[in-house]
Amino acid sequence: MAVLRRLLPAAALAAGLAAIGAPARAQELPVIKVEMKDGTITPNVIEVPANTRFKLEITNTGTSPVEFESVELKREKALAAGATSSIVFRTVDPGTYDVFDDFHPNSKATLVAK
Amino acid sequence: MIGAFVIAFREVIEAGLIIGIVLAATRGIAGRGRWIGLGVLGGLAGAALVALFAERISDAFEGAGQEILNAGVLIVAVLMLIWHNTWMAKHGRELAGELRAAGEAVRTGQSTAAGLALVVGAAILREGAELVLFLYGLVASGTSGPDIQFGALAGVAVGAATSSVSYFGLAAIPTRYVFSVTSGLIVLLAAGLAAQAAQFLTNAGLITVLDRPLWNTSAILREDSLVGRVLHALVGYTDRPSGMQVLVYLGTILVMVALMQVSSSAKRRQLRTA
Repeated sequence: MAVLRRLLPAAALAAGLAAIGAPARAQELPVIKVEMKDGTITPNVIEVPANTRFKLEITNTGTSPVEFESVELKREKALAAGATSSIVFRTVDPGTYDVFDDFHPNSKATLVAK
Repeated sequence: MIGAFVIAFREVIEAGLIIGIVLAATRGIAGRGRWIGLGVLGGLAGAALVALFAERISDAFEGAGQEILNAGVLIVAVLMLIWHNTWMAKHGRELAGELRAAGEAVRTGQSTAAGLALVVGAAILREGAELVLFLYGLVASGTSGPDIQFGALAGVAVGAATSSVSYFGLAAIPTRYVFSVTSGLIVLLAAGLAAQAAQFLTNAGLITVLDRPLWNTSAILREDSLVGRVLHALVGYTDRPSGMQVLVYLGTILVMVALMQVSSSAKRRQLRTA
């Protein structure tokens, strides 16, 4: 019984992770740059390629911390002042998505995948 | 100032509500205060480290470092919650004082309290890294006025107070029922965390199937509203869950309930033969 109890969560985890595949290689990844500065997001319409891998490189050029976030894309990234960091997207369906700075209410931008 | 208050408040309650549930669920276990305290300290230290090395973590694993770290932390928390609930199914009644033979519960309770300390640490590590970055940025930049700094600190204080209300609310439940309630909450909490872990693995490119949203309830309740965020932290509410998230959510509930059944019937057999 004790063995079963120990094995079951492991088996459940294995089932949950069964769909794991090898991560794709990062070769010639398109890089799209985004600048965030104390509540403004530049460009305000971020154009990205649809249905392919790309990297969103976010730089915080302001004096306060920012958090790039999109609920629709289920992504977020917090950045200290002066920091640069990136989010790699595996594939985004064509469409328009709202993004915002979670640390600066009222800041808005859109991400357009074509 | 209001903005800073709201941001600090919601980051604190996201971790604070989880700590409230864990504290209520470990009622009666000797030494739990020490373990939970250790979890809080460990989580804070971890959050500071994550905030400090945020860029390096992000760049690891070809840009998927943050997602893989988050998924790992969440999976550990889920396993600890599964273990705790399975253990509680066997020993809950002893802790509630309904059975006189509480000896075994007292002896092995320490290790499940230690497991839940990991859950507390994980919750703080996940939510805390952002809060540390936010607060440190406000104070260190020196450009924000004292009103913003006051707003942020007030947000932390009110968030902590709100979280403790959730604990005292659970603690007010009569002893006979409290563990049934906390076990139920922990099942939903674990399912929500497991679904979040699945999404992080999807974002990292490690899960590549069932990644499309199954439905969209953002018109009813937005995930980024305050209520949406609280439900997200507690029961894993997501306004556009992917097929994988729904599958993992339901699978976690199923596994936990099955383990609790097995565990409590084993206890009943043990009592009958004793």
